[in-house]
Amino acid sequence: MKLFDLRGGVHPEGRKNLSAERHIRALSLPKYLFVPLQQHIGAPASPVVNVGDKVLKGQLIAVAQGAVSSSIHAPTSGVVVALGDHVAPHPSGLPVPTITLQSDGAEKWITCETIADPLALSPEDIAARVGAAGIVGLGGATFPSALKLNLSRSSGVQTLIMNGGECEPYLTCDDRIMRERAVEIIEGIQLIAYAVAAKEILVGIEDNKPEAIAAMQAAAQGTPVKVVAMPSMYPMGSEKQIIQVLTGMEIPAGGRPADIGVLVHNVATAYAVQQAIRFGRPLISRIVTISGGAIKTACNVEALIGTPVQELIDFADGYSQPAARMVLGGPMMGQQFTNTNIPVVKGTSGVLALTQSEIGQAAPSPCIRCSTCIRACPVGLMPVEMVSRIRASDLAAAVSFGLKDCIACGSCSYVCPAHIPLVHYFNYAKGDLATQERVKLKQEATKKLADTRNERIARIERERAEAAARRKAAREAKERAKEAAAQAATETV
Amino acid sequence: MTPIAHSPHAHAPVSIGKVMGTVLLALTPATLFGFWLYGWPAINLWAISIIAAIVGEALVVRMQGRAVRPVIMDGSGILTAWLLAISLPPFAPWWIAVLGSLFAVIIGKQVFGGLGQNVFNPAMAARVMLLISFPLEMTSWIAPDANAPGFMDSLRVTFMSQHMDGMASASLLGHVKTEFTRGVGLDQALAGYYSPLHMLLGSRAGSLGESAALLLLIGGLFLIARRIITWHAPVAMLLGVAVPALIFNAINANHYAGPMYHLLSGGLMLGAFFIVTDPVTSPNTATGQLIFGFGCGLFTWIVRTWGGYPEGVAFAVMLMNTLTPLIDQYVKPRIYGRDRKGAALTANKGA
Amino acid sequence: MFVAVISLTLLGSALGLFLGFAARHLEVEGNPLVAEIQAILPGSQCGQCGFPGCAGAAQALADRNAPVTLCPPGGRAVVQALALKLGMEANLSDVADNVPMMAEIKEEICIGCTRCFKVCPTDAIMGAAQQIHVVFREACTACGKCEEVCPTESVKLQPILVSIQSWYWNKPFAGGAI
Repeated sequence: MKLFDLRGGVHPEGRKNLSAERHIRALSLPKYLFVPLQQHIGAPASPVVNVGDKVLKGQLIAVAQGAVSSSIHAPTSGVVVALGDHVAPHPSGLPVPTITLQSDGAEKWITCETIADPLALSPEDIAARVGAAGIVGLGGATFPSALKLNLSRSSGVQTLIMNGGECEPYLTCDDRIMRERAVEIIEGIQLIAYAVAAKEILVGIEDNKPEAIAAMQAAAQGTPVKVVAMPSMYPMGSEKQIIQVLTGMEIPAGGRPADIGVLVHNVATAYAVQQAIRFGRPLISRIVTISGGAIKTACNVEALIGTPVQELIDFADGYSQPAARMVLGGPMMGQQFTNTNIPVVKGTSGVLALTQSEIGQAAPSPCIRCSTCIRACPVGLMPVEMVSRIRASDLAAAVSFGLKDCIACGSCSYVCPAHIPLVHYFNYAKGDLATQERVKLKQEATKKLADTRNERIARIERERAEAAARRKAAREAKERAKEAAAQAATETV
Repeated sequence: MTPIAHSPHAHAPVSIGKVMGTVLLALTPATLFGFWLYGWPAINLWAISIIAAIVGEALVVRMQGRAVRPVIMDGSGILTAWLLAISLPPFAPWWIAVLGSLFAVIIGKQVFGGLGQNVFNPAMAARVMLLISFPLEMTSWIAPDANAPGFMDSLRVTFMSQHMDGMASASLLGHVKTEFTRGVGLDQALAGYYSPLHMLLGSRAGSLGESAALLLLIGGLFLIARRIITWHAPVAMLLGVAVPALIFNAINANHYAGPMYHLLSGGLMLGAFFIVTDPVTSPNTATGQLIFGFGCGLFTWIVRTWGGYPEGVAFAVMLMNTLTPLIDQYVKPRIYGRDRKGAALTANKGA
Repeated sequence: MFVAVISLTLLGSALGLFLGFAARHLEVEGNPLVAEIQAILPGSQCGQCGFPGCAGAAQALADRNAPVTLCPPGGRAVVQALALKLGMEANLSDVADNVPMMAEIKEEICIGCTRCFKVCPTDAIMGAAQQIHVVFREACTACGKCEEVCPTESVKLQPILVSIQSWYWNKPFAGGAI
């Protein structure tokens, strides 16, 4: 199959061999599970259990709220011991509303509906079941999958692309799941394709995972699913880039893949979809890679959502040396964390303990305008120009250089010989602009409120004045009548 | 608590110091050849330039109240002084080197705000300053085949401006320009003076390290291979000289020299691979670098052909330096999902 | 050439001496308070206070024609210093240190008097007589009018705490870089 060229990109050292040959193992059941109500893009879920409630494994404990949201299920059977704040897997380290579950060790499932022939279901039904199972994009974006299916079905999909790129260094969770659960994944892919009526199905896998490609190709025999090896390059696994390399098309700026008739899902999401439709099992666990130079035994585990990260590190026999930095996700776009009490959430693909030499970060030095960042940018931006504008607090100019097209992949920061934290600047600027936008919207809204109030007050005044005038007129009329009567009386007398 | 670091948590093993170090490494063969060609005076000049640049930059940075060590260690001052030194006449007096180096790092760079902020290539700015201010010292060339002076003699050359009799010579470009003013045609002027092979190997009168075209080319290719520079600006500059030379040579071969003459003479090879590739003062995009390089080449050829000075690389580079911000303003890469003008692409479903 | 050098030198020295003499002996005594106030102000001459530069603001302050909270860029520190210098009481709630605020009602001491929601310019307070009032975060502009009329000091402007939704990365510290 013909592949298309990409611009930019970088080739960070993969270091996937640390964990690539380690089979997925189930993590032992933790005593407490911390299940945040927001593990997805959109509105947080709303809890439907109370403290003290006994729940079964897979039971709905928080229900999706609003258009963009996702439901959350109990990862194991046990008792809800707290509904409150717990530290979140988020760079701010702020606490988020979390359901704390004490496991009872029984792992007693709810009764799950098994469906022998899922293709007998209607596409709408499949999307609804995916939504009910709380499935979100497991590649890291955590966008509610059911919503994506519905949007794509209504706008029509030509090509379904399954993302098996896994271009982030260290991570091997998608690699392992493709090697070990290829048959289930292919079935899940066909279900997704059926749900959106896709005409072409492509699975893109980077060529540094030959075993995964072989396993998927074997499982795809006799199905319309086409497995394609893509060159290994970061950020190949980014939605925009995988579409471009496989179809040659670009998503219009500000648009969605559906605008060009494409739908992209992660391979692990396909597995979750298969489990949800075939066996009625909601998304309560995911594969996580535990790796990094400071981890003693790098490995891949299937961890329940809500498992504290410390349990995973213990499972990997702890540290071989003090970690310079702990990272959730891959090293290119993952988030540093300091509190190992944070839970595994639906978007957690890796837990990394990195050494100083692996990070390779030095103090920033002056920019020499070498334009390496421009050559590395997969989107065609000029990071050097954007940063100089942001440093001068001229965010509008940074936007005119394409700040909002930045996908925050970190390629520019990775290659910068001056070690300037370019993508940090961009995320700061994006956050600041979003805040300004919120303030502006609020000001407009409150101005409208103030105008309404002023109008109302004016109306009340006016009505009051009118009423007073009416009363006065009536009184005068009455007096006049009285006078007239009196006059008439005197005249008669 | 240390603040949370932003991603990425991996970085390419590169630094400014390593970049500058690689460029210095690429300059070494041509420089050593210059030392071999001209002996101790050349070594003196080179060492004085670099020492002056380091000391001068350290003093200025200290006056600014900034940390001196990282500025010196980034190697950019050394590179500037090195480039300046190898573009000087090999027997130039010591104060030419000192003045040039100080001008390059202080006026050429630190006054603008230090590394990355300067508008002009510091080495070229210094060279132009010296050429305009001290035309005699800057055009006293030495014939390379003469016996190079020993160490003690070299000190007299460098520090006491003692002339070495019988060694004075003229550079090819200077010789041709002089002959033109006397009304001598190109065929006569070049007779016995021009041999492409000697030009390529560098055994000709000229600057300290500019003459070995082949060694500079090898250094440049090494930098391209190491991805320190890209091919765009060098190739465009060579084309910028060769194309007009070819055209005009075809029109009047006795007045306009051919492309080979231009490509191998003067500071063109040094300029193409080490000067127009200076990241600070050249455009950011590949297309921009093509425009920039071609402009540098074209202006070099124009100065050489019709200008008052025999060599024009430094003038051409400085002229194009002033256009760099303009080129960067107009030449930008196309952004994903947008057309060249920045408007969003139209959705083309299922194409 | 020497004539030119000498004449220019002499001219320069003479004029310089004259200016120095004038500065020392012809100085007009100003109001020392104005100068002292001006020393407190940021001196950025931004004009946000509505006076012509910091000198104008200092004059107005000395004449008691302006509140001590007139200087937005100065922030709380300048307000406090000015209040101390002028012997005035500073109402620090007038100075937002760029922290977003909103009104909050302490439910325990709200008596449901309805005064606050009557003055609210954006209808951000909901309530009825004898009922506890509620503030709508999205409608509150932190103008502080409710705070002024509340008889029990139940309504207070409070800084809006950073949440996971409003948090964003800080601007990186670049030191001497770039």
